[in-house]
Amino acid sequence: MKIAFTTKEPSWDSMMEARFGRAEYVLIYDEQSGQIVFHDNREIVNQEHGAGPKMAKAMADLGVDVIITGNGPGENARAVLAQMNTVVYVGAGEMNVAEAYKAYQDGTLEKF
Amino acid sequence: MKIAIASGKGGTGKTTLSTNLAMFLGEHESVVLVDLDVEEPNSNLFLNGELLKKEDKMKMIPRWDSTSCTLCADCVQNCNFNALLFIANEILVFPNLCHSCYACSELCPTGSLPMEPQKMGELSHFIAGNIDFVEGRLNIGEEQAVSLIAQTKKYVDQHFDEETIKIFDAPPGTSCPVIEAIKDADFVILVTEPTPFGLHDLTLAVETTRILKKNFGVVINRYGMGNDDVETYCHHENIPILGKIPHLVEAAKLYSEGKLIYKEILAFKAEIQNIALHVKAHCQGVMP
Amino acid sequence: MKEIVVISGKGGTGKTSITAALASLAKESCVVVDCDVDAADMHLLLQPDFAHKEDFYSGVLAHIDPDNCRNCGRCAQVCRFDAIVLQNGRYVVDELSCEGCGYCEKVCRPKAISMNERLAGAWFASQTKYGSDMVHAKLGIGAENSGKLVAKVKKEGKAIASAKNKSFMIVDGSPGIGCPVVSSLSGANFALLVTEPTLSGLHDLKRVYEVVKKFRIKAGCIINKADLNPSMCEEIETFLREESILHVKSIPYNKAFTQAMVEAKTISEYHDEPLKKLLEESFETIKNTLGV
Repeated sequence: MKIAFTTKEPSWDSMMEARFGRAEYVLIYDEQSGQIVFHDNREIVNQEHGAGPKMAKAMADLGVDVIITGNGPGENARAVLAQMNTVVYVGAGEMNVAEAYKAYQDGTLEKF
Repeated sequence: MKIAIASGKGGTGKTTLSTNLAMFLGEHESVVLVDLDVEEPNSNLFLNGELLKKEDKMKMIPRWDSTSCTLCADCVQNCNFNALLFIANEILVFPNLCHSCYACSELCPTGSLPMEPQKMGELSHFIAGNIDFVEGRLNIGEEQAVSLIAQTKKYVDQHFDEETIKIFDAPPGTSCPVIEAIKDADFVILVTEPTPFGLHDLTLAVETTRILKKNFGVVINRYGMGNDDVETYCHHENIPILGKIPHLVEAAKLYSEGKLIYKEILAFKAEIQNIALHVKAHCQGVMP
Repeated sequence: MKEIVVISGKGGTGKTSITAALASLAKESCVVVDCDVDAADMHLLLQPDFAHKEDFYSGVLAHIDPDNCRNCGRCAQVCRFDAIVLQNGRYVVDELSCEGCGYCEKVCRPKAISMNERLAGAWFASQTKYGSDMVHAKLGIGAENSGKLVAKVKKEGKAIASAKNKSFMIVDGSPGIGCPVVSSLSGANFALLVTEPTLSGLHDLKRVYEVVKKFRIKAGCIINKADLNPSMCEEIETFLREESILHVKSIPYNKAFTQAMVEAKTISEYHDEPLKKLLEESFETIKNTLGV
């Protein structure tokens, strides 16, 4: 599984970012290989409109299976994610990344 | 005659003035009230009009034709609004982001994005007592208020003659929908209240109206509640004060119940009458 | 840091006065952010010093370079917004009508059209008269309120809050139910809905709550001018119960809102002890809900 976390900083210690399309960074953790990569989303953040679907497309291009975030994507982004069968978990907006990952493993996050 | 009623700030009494003024004028003349606050149309709460006609209002958006598309994705590049995405060998269209500029459609080398109508909101035409009432209502989540405002005005132009007094209830603020709502009015009434917030937002509304080179005047609502700064400002800027609607708790109560105030409170009616005279005089180019 | 966003849907409910009162109660423990960029009024009460100003650009605007333009009119033909007009025999851009789609630029053969960033307003980082931090903005006339300026002021507010270790960020939210209010609410811990017992107050409260609900943000409501219409007040209370929205407080109609404004004070500074107490209790209720 490739799991994406919307974060405030490009680090595993970062707090989660509650927003989806306008999160500045995305941390992508590949459970198989144990590899962590950071996706810089700041260019998308500066778009007037349509940040959500653009971000969703970026996630699709990176082959993400699961997204963990706070509030959840808006309708447009949801359309893209549905197309790609990406699963979204919400409610992790006030955790740090490690806590969010644990909550996901424990099954305590709400599926969007 | 087209009169737009606007205010820099919400909650100053724009809808109160437009509904009461329209109904008052409607007692002797042919009047249509048009609610152009398409994101929050509230006038009908006070008018309880009888629905005459309802139309879906459309905007043109591209539809992706997968059979002829060569997936060059030029359309994605040509869209400045992120309304198109190329994903997993498909072009996805996001209607609520589309401004209907036609660039993607007309520049598509294979003609694979024909423009087709999609519902963005509704226009309703009511009869409320002696007056006609037309309302534009944007679907929630839809952002192209300007287009619906333009279409609502067009409907009014097509269905009412020159003699009819047209009163436009504009959205609050100074952004693009406001400009669309007031840009072809013969006269603009700016509603404010005599408080520091009211004055500050009035100055913004005045600036907007001046940019559009419109004739305008000010109505001070809830007169007596705050201070004299709005009056001082108007005198200093040579802006006519068309009326001062007294601050009355009874008026606020009637408003809260969704009732027309001028029918119940004489002092209020006198001011509405005054405003009506001023506006008509201004439109005919003579001072009262 | 907890983020409290105050919204109302409808104008004139006392949203800004209540936000400013909460901010003055929180004093140095908070950063105040004014997201009502279309009609920003909170500075009239908190009197910030406008110490730092930055221009804000949003979207693009077509510009025709007259030296390269062959006056062929293709741009005007393709523009769906009537934004390219003939002026003294030359094609020029009507900046208020241009939506920045860039179609004209793409069809211009001599490449005389460029799309330039559009100056849409300015934002400020200030100290209020209490010495607390405030971020606020002013949207230009005719500019599109896309929510981007709202997002910008919130971001700057957050940066200050985390750098200075503040407990709260108190946000005066945008009106309406569109993009700006979505941006105001995004990332909030608590949405405080301010309403009044009028037909339109309830109507707009319901519409704006739909937006709050989508974000799953904890919500509470202050009914201002509560004694104006007791039966409408009951209707609002019923709605709050049905939606499990916390009824923070009912505040009776009080001239102090206007009087304080005239004196450029917040209502918690104004000499009206009962009103001040209602606001203090409201803030305590919100703090308890947030577990602070």
